[in-house]
Amino acid sequence: MTAANVRQIVLDIISDIAPDEDVTVIDDKKSLREQLDLDSMDFLDIVMELRKRHKVEVPQEDYPKLATLDSCVAYLSPKFA
Amino acid sequence: MNYDAIVIGAGMSGLAAGIRLAMFDKKVVILEKHTIPGGLNSYYQRRNFEKGGIRQFDVGLHALTNYIKKGEKGKPFSKLLKQLRLSYDDFKLCPQTHSKILFPNIELKFSNDFELLQNEVSEKFPHQIDSFVKLVEKVQSFNELDLSIGYSSSRSTLKSLFSDELLIEMLLCPLLIYGSAWEDDMDFAQFVIMFKSLYFEGFSRPEGGVRTIISLLIKKLEDVGGEIRFKAAVNEILTKDGKAIGVNVGGEELFAPVVLSSIGYPETVRMTKSLESLVTPRVGAMTFLESIFVFDKKIPLNQNESTITFYNDAAKYSYRPATNYFDARSAVVCFPDNYESLKTEGEGTVRITFMANYAQWRELSREGYDAKKEQVSESALALINKLAPQFDGKVLFKDIFSPMTIERYTWHLNGTVYGSIDKTRDGTTPVPGLFIIGTDQGFLGIVGSILSGISMANLHGLMGPGTET
Repeated sequence: MTAANVRQIVLDIISDIAPDEDVTVIDDKKSLREQLDLDSMDFLDIVMELRKRHKVEVPQEDYPKLATLDSCVAYLSPKFA
Repeated sequence: MNYDAIVIGAGMSGLAAGIRLAMFDKKVVILEKHTIPGGLNSYYQRRNFEKGGIRQFDVGLHALTNYIKKGEKGKPFSKLLKQLRLSYDDFKLCPQTHSKILFPNIELKFSNDFELLQNEVSEKFPHQIDSFVKLVEKVQSFNELDLSIGYSSSRSTLKSLFSDELLIEMLLCPLLIYGSAWEDDMDFAQFVIMFKSLYFEGFSRPEGGVRTIISLLIKKLEDVGGEIRFKAAVNEILTKDGKAIGVNVGGEELFAPVVLSSIGYPETVRMTKSLESLVTPRVGAMTFLESIFVFDKKIPLNQNESTITFYNDAAKYSYRPATNYFDARSAVVCFPDNYESLKTEGEGTVRITFMANYAQWRELSREGYDAKKEQVSESALALINKLAPQFDGKVLFKDIFSPMTIERYTWHLNGTVYGSIDKTRDGTTPVPGLFIIGTDQGFLGIVGSILSGISMANLHGLMGPGTET
């Protein structure tokens, strides 16, 4: 799976859990939390949706690795390989 | 039968927890003892054929706190919408006009715009406005969602800020009676939750009352595949080697590594043999009487403009069990017709809450009970007359429920409404796998209870040890 695919998977999940957010203007290098109205509960939902839709497990200690879109892609890509 | 999680009680917190778990493919069942959902925020109907047929009533709902406008972010209500994937519009919220705290010769109005309260304080307590601003800053910067903070007295915090005791009493009055399990005081974390939900955010009422919320939750639970059983009374929470393993419900054993109980902390302890020797949460003393009157017409806005009046007839507010069955010196008077967009012609409704005394009501004979309810009715009508003296509507119907009614339908020991004075903020109990959700976890009101169910399901059902699928 390409980096672009993984990026899109994350964006699709964010669009579903926070339908009011505009995901087209996200800066991939900046913290998602600073750009969108996402709290720790929403990050849990990102993790839960990754598990539910793609059978990808993110242990709790790795949650900080989902901070930016870039870090999401870097961390998740090997799991989708 | 084996489940991933069992939820006891189909009140607001139980339904929310069930939804969250089922949403992420946990096999979950909600067990409800009653025939209908809602718990302390349920509904009922009364037949009264000569005077208008069947009327629907909410059990407890005066107001839904934590009001937000559509699109507002980062608030408890918006978190709830996102976590349960519900739409703002489905709640059909009708905001309040304003509410007021009415003490002898002085009142403070507040609304869904915080500026009103700030202006009222500045006008009526000009010497205290700087302290009020400090309190507001303290409330804003306080993280009430931190599950590790212990009890601290709100009164002592307020006394360190304000020199005028009347203002302390007035500010505390709505916050205490809308959520405190403690007498005359409340935990400061709870004070902050209540201050934000009542004064910063404010009141609304869903069109259709509490049924609207319950139907949304039940529908969502069905959509995500959660199971719910009614008339399913749990007799015992089963443990093995000190851990929760399931429940016995009407003789049937159901097994799950996670049991979330919304029935109250002391009530949960009573059901769990191995827990009784480990912890003894105290039963709260605060219980109430609710009188509901239906009139042949609404009270015109020019005779009573406020939605909820927090009434007290002395400079000091006494929040404790009544010494003589009920205490008519203070009350919460809700005029549900004064929620915006509900101002249609037709019957008018007023709801009045008095503090009560469980032990005294329990001792009454059948005749004594009825006679005492009649006294409550007279006091309540006298208060309506005091608040809207020109109103000449005729009573078509009245219904009064007592601490005994609350105990009978909610199974809360001593008819408590705000639960135990010993909360377990992170939901844990000395028995691993058994968790408390709802009022005794410490989040308050309908929005609070739903968030309690959500956050405890997240913490102990989705993230906790052994929850990987």
